[in-house]
Amino acid sequence: MPLLKQGQPAEDPFVALDDPETPPPNDPETAILVPLARWTAERDSLLGRSGPLGVRMEPADDPEDLAGDLDRLSLIAVAFPKFNDGRGYSTARILRERLGFTGELRAVGEILRDQLLFLDRSGFDAFEIDRPDAVDAWVKAHAEITVFYQPTGDDRPVAFHERLRRRKAAAE
Amino acid sequence: MYRYDEFDRTLVLQRVDQFRDQVARRLSGELTEEQFKPLRLMNGVYLQLHAYMLRVNIPYGTLSSRQMRGLAHVARRYDKGYGHFTTRQNIQYNWPKLAELPDMLADLAEVEMHGIQSSGNCVRNVTADQYGGVIAEELDDPRVWGELIRQWSTLHPELSFLPRKFKIAVTGAPHDRAAVKVHDIGLRMVANDAGERGFEIIIGGGLGRTPYVGQTIYDFVPEAELLAHLEALMRVYNRFGRRDNKYKARIKILVDDIGVAHYRELADKELEELKDGPLRVPAEEVARIRAYFAPPTYEDLPDDDPAYAAALFEDRDFARWARVSVTPHKQPGYAIVDLSLKPETGIAGDCSADQMDAIADIADRYSFSEIRVAHEQNLVLPHVRQRDLPALWRELGAIGVATPNIGLISDLIACPGLDYCSLANARSIPVGQRIWKRFADLERQHDIGKLHLNISGCINACGHHHVGHIGILGVDKKGEEFYQITIGGRADEHARLGDVVGPAVSYDDVVDAVDTIVRTYLALRTGAEEPFIDAVERLGADPFRKALAGEPTHAAA
Repeated sequence: MPLLKQGQPAEDPFVALDDPETPPPNDPETAILVPLARWTAERDSLLGRSGPLGVRMEPADDPEDLAGDLDRLSLIAVAFPKFNDGRGYSTARILRERLGFTGELRAVGEILRDQLLFLDRSGFDAFEIDRPDAVDAWVKAHAEITVFYQPTGDDRPVAFHERLRRRKAAAE
Repeated sequence: MYRYDEFDRTLVLQRVDQFRDQVARRLSGELTEEQFKPLRLMNGVYLQLHAYMLRVNIPYGTLSSRQMRGLAHVARRYDKGYGHFTTRQNIQYNWPKLAELPDMLADLAEVEMHGIQSSGNCVRNVTADQYGGVIAEELDDPRVWGELIRQWSTLHPELSFLPRKFKIAVTGAPHDRAAVKVHDIGLRMVANDAGERGFEIIIGGGLGRTPYVGQTIYDFVPEAELLAHLEALMRVYNRFGRRDNKYKARIKILVDDIGVAHYRELADKELEELKDGPLRVPAEEVARIRAYFAPPTYEDLPDDDPAYAAALFEDRDFARWARVSVTPHKQPGYAIVDLSLKPETGIAGDCSADQMDAIADIADRYSFSEIRVAHEQNLVLPHVRQRDLPALWRELGAIGVATPNIGLISDLIACPGLDYCSLANARSIPVGQRIWKRFADLERQHDIGKLHLNISGCINACGHHHVGHIGILGVDKKGEEFYQITIGGRADEHARLGDVVGPAVSYDDVVDAVDTIVRTYLALRTGAEEPFIDAVERLGADPFRKALAGEPTHAAA
């Protein structure tokens, strides 16, 4: 599935090890992506690898389970099995804003073009999106709405702070 | 009245353009109906049996006359010349065409109105006490906080795909007209021992198939921490609310499941980082919003206007209307006036475009251009000079909105029922009409006094029967319509669910059963000063059960 990072098409170097029977690639440099359950079970041996490590979280997974490992993870993929399952938005904000994860946060699964901005605002910087005009859709979704009322972890100015700033600037 | 600034205006206009693009993609076939559905729902567009339906928010129930004219305009231009005010301070249009919906929304945006989040599994229109800002007893104007919550919840990136819809109500007054205890989250303004204002947060109330009265989760939350608390509570719901069964997906089920104490532990954990973060509400922003709700420039008038007093004395019809339609205002010499949208014939809450325009004109002349929408599906003129009341009454009568039945048995709430709704088991509106007819004698209605009657055509409880003083629920018994009757329910500060008073009765018998309950009350009340609901609380349901079963009730001779 095409991958967008910061709105640009990107190669995906990660090998997904969804099947618990599949052994990790022999080359320790190869980037791998494992489900949280496998990460928890094989954590010590996986940490011995030298290549980039990624963990895939399902909607019900608790981001706190990764709290101690975040500096070793290059990627966390958050699954959206259905577009209307919104748990992943909270997962993302907790990872970014509470736990301070700075690596790639990727939304995977059923992602609608009209959700890209919400995902971005919640802290995702990468998306798997199954459409030929993905870049165009991303650009459009980001241009459509330019007013934000809620402070999240992104750096976008929020209306009530912006009003205050402008009033102060006008008073000076 | 809140007015949009450039931020608010930009967002609503951008949203209209976005929806225009989505409709174009739907019409061109790029989007299937299934893909289009969540997009249209987030803009308040439902697909009903025969047509699309647009639901427009009336945030915290406040309208300017200009907005009312806007509602009239779209009713004429895009619908069949009327709209329907709902029990959640919305207005619904039942016949718009899909291709015209973007223009309809653009016209509404001209008067600062929209349908954003009026449906879908997100935070819905914030409702509030319809007497906010004009009732003497309130601690604060709930609309200030309603507006703050409206903005915070609009296109919230984290909270737009919740397990289920989410309804928040606010009251600033001790007497609760906003039904905060039967909302997903209810907010009651309270003062702490130091005299500071804040919020009691009530969580997990709701009606529907599994009704609950909400429970207090925070006794006192400082104003500046309101949004942080809402976000924490809703994040817990977003993460842990059930998603496997739509009938168990509301927050009330989660609260019941894990208990309010554990829920609070989970929310407190979220609050650790949210409480002192950027969600802290700046006092300047509250002051900015508050300034829009500043009272109009009232005249300095004595209370108890002599012309009003004389009219009450001289004109029985006027006095009867005033007794139920006029509420004391915090400003001496002024009054709050309810307009009944519950005439003897017609659908509760329906309002024609001509009526809307006329009400807008009347509001300009009598009420500083302001109108409120009550969750009982009536309208309110919030600032009327007492001395204008007789003239106002005649004008309201001329357009059919002065039926003297506010708060009485015929001011009833009924869902659309089997006549219109595919979920219903039984008819609702005809039951309401038959009850209206049975109690058509207005003298008798006034003698009975305050009595809320609610009718739902099925267990989804859109007519809020659980909290009716008399509640009627339509059920299906072997293909026949039956009605289960409850009494003693209420949605105010003493909220409770009604008690069943016997086996379900047939469509033919339901009006007689209501009549029996009313007669039993009249016989057993201590006097006219004891309203129905107080009598039921004192007596319990038993005397009513017995009366319905045909047993003697030892009624006062």
